[in-house]
Amino acid sequence: MQPFTFRRPADLSEASALLAAEGAVALGGGMSLLPVLKQRLAAHAMLVDLSRLPPLQGISATDGVLYVGAGTTHADVAASPVVAGTIPALAALAGGIGDPQVRNRGTLGGVLANADPAADYPAAVLALGAEVVTDRRAIPADAFFRGLFLTALEPGEIITGVRFPVPAAAGYAKFRSPASRYAIVGVFVARGAGGVRVAVTGAASSVFRVPQMERALDAAFTRDALAGLTVPPEGLNGDIHAEPSFRAHLVGVMARRAVAAALA
Amino acid sequence: MDLMLEVNGQTVRASAPDETLLVDFLRDTLGLTGTHVGCDTSQCGACVVHVDGRAVKSCTMLAASADGSRVLTIEGLAATTGGNDLHPMQRAFHENHGLQCGFCTPGMVMTAVAYAADHAAPDEADVRAALEGNLCRCTGYQNIVASVIAGAAAMHAGKEA
Repeated sequence: MQPFTFRRPADLSEASALLAAEGAVALGGGMSLLPVLKQRLAAHAMLVDLSRLPPLQGISATDGVLYVGAGTTHADVAASPVVAGTIPALAALAGGIGDPQVRNRGTLGGVLANADPAADYPAAVLALGAEVVTDRRAIPADAFFRGLFLTALEPGEIITGVRFPVPAAAGYAKFRSPASRYAIVGVFVARGAGGVRVAVTGAASSVFRVPQMERALDAAFTRDALAGLTVPPEGLNGDIHAEPSFRAHLVGVMARRAVAAALA
Repeated sequence: MDLMLEVNGQTVRASAPDETLLVDFLRDTLGLTGTHVGCDTSQCGACVVHVDGRAVKSCTMLAASADGSRVLTIEGLAATTGGNDLHPMQRAFHENHGLQCGFCTPGMVMTAVAYAADHAAPDEADVRAALEGNLCRCTGYQNIVASVIAGAAAMHAGKEA
C-alpha cells in the first residue's frame, strides 16, 4: 500500500472536517477499500476511520421503519432480533454476504458508499424504498445509486444510517460466485404500502428495478405471476462467470425464488 | 502512529506506520509469526485472529483500527484455558488429524474457536458454512470439519453440569 495518514475522529463534526481535505476517504470495515489499496488500484492521502463513531451505531424499529446505523456490521444485522422481527429477508441477506470474517468487519454504510455493482445490500435498499440518511440529508434509494461505483453522495458526505420501511413481505435470492460470494445475480422483492418493488444487483453496472415484474406482482403476488418474465440481455454484465444472456435468465429465476422466499 | 492494544492478554505499546496491516504488525513488530499470510487478498483465512472476540482477517484490517482493542492470536489461545495444555480446539485438530501441511491451521483454529464459542453442537453443514472464509489446499476439509465438531463439543463439555 502507498503510505497514508490514519485518523479516527471522535465525533461526526470532526469526521466531516477531516473528510473535507483533499485526498481524504472514509474507512468503514475496510472490506472493499483495503483490498483496493493493497492492489494499488487506488491511493488516498488520508483514511478517516468511521467504524466506531457512536452516531453510526445501533439498530431500532419504530412506527413501521427499521433504522440501521451505517457502522453496523453485516454480522450484527444478521444476528439482530430487531431485524429478524421486522425484515427477516434483510437479516438473511446480511448473513449471506462474503464469509464470517468479512461479515464481522464490513458495514452497511461502507457497502452503500462503495456501490459495488455486485453487492447485496443495494438490492434491499432499492427494493424496500429505503432512505439513505447522511450528515446532511436523507436520500431516497431511487436517487442514491447513480451507476458503477457511483452514488449521489457529495464529497465528504457521510452516511449515518438507513431507514427501511417495514414491508408486508420481502425476499432475497442470489446466485453467488462460489469464490467471491458476490452476487452474479441477486434479486430482492418487497411488497409494501406503495406496491411491489423488484431490484436486481450483480447483473448490470448498477442496481436497477424491473417495472414489468413489479406490475405482474402487483396483480398477483405469486411465483407464477413471474412465469416467463425476465429482462433483456442487452447491456447486462458479461464475464468468465456468466455471459449477459445467462445473467438475464438468472434474473427471472432469482426473482421467482425471491417471491417464494417472501411467501415462505 | 502510536498504538496501545492488548495482545494475548498483554498490554502492548508500539509504533508503526499508519498503513501497517494488523497481520504485519503482529508478525513483524511483535514477532508473533503463528498468524500466517496465505493469499494476502482476504480470501484464504490463514491470517484469522480475534479482535474483541470476533474472528477477522488480519491481512485486511489496519493495525491502527485495532488500537484499543483486545487481540487474540494462535499463540495466546492455549493460555485462555488457564493452563499450559492445548486449547480443546487445538487438541481436537491433533486428535482428528485436521491438518496436513498446517499452513492454514492457525486461521482454521481461530475461526473454529470463535464459531464454537456459541455453537456447542454444530452439524457438518453448519461447520462447513462457518469455515467458508478459510481455505485448505491439502485436506479436502473432511478431517477439519470433524475436528471442529469434536472441538466444539470439548469446549462445552461439563458446562451444563
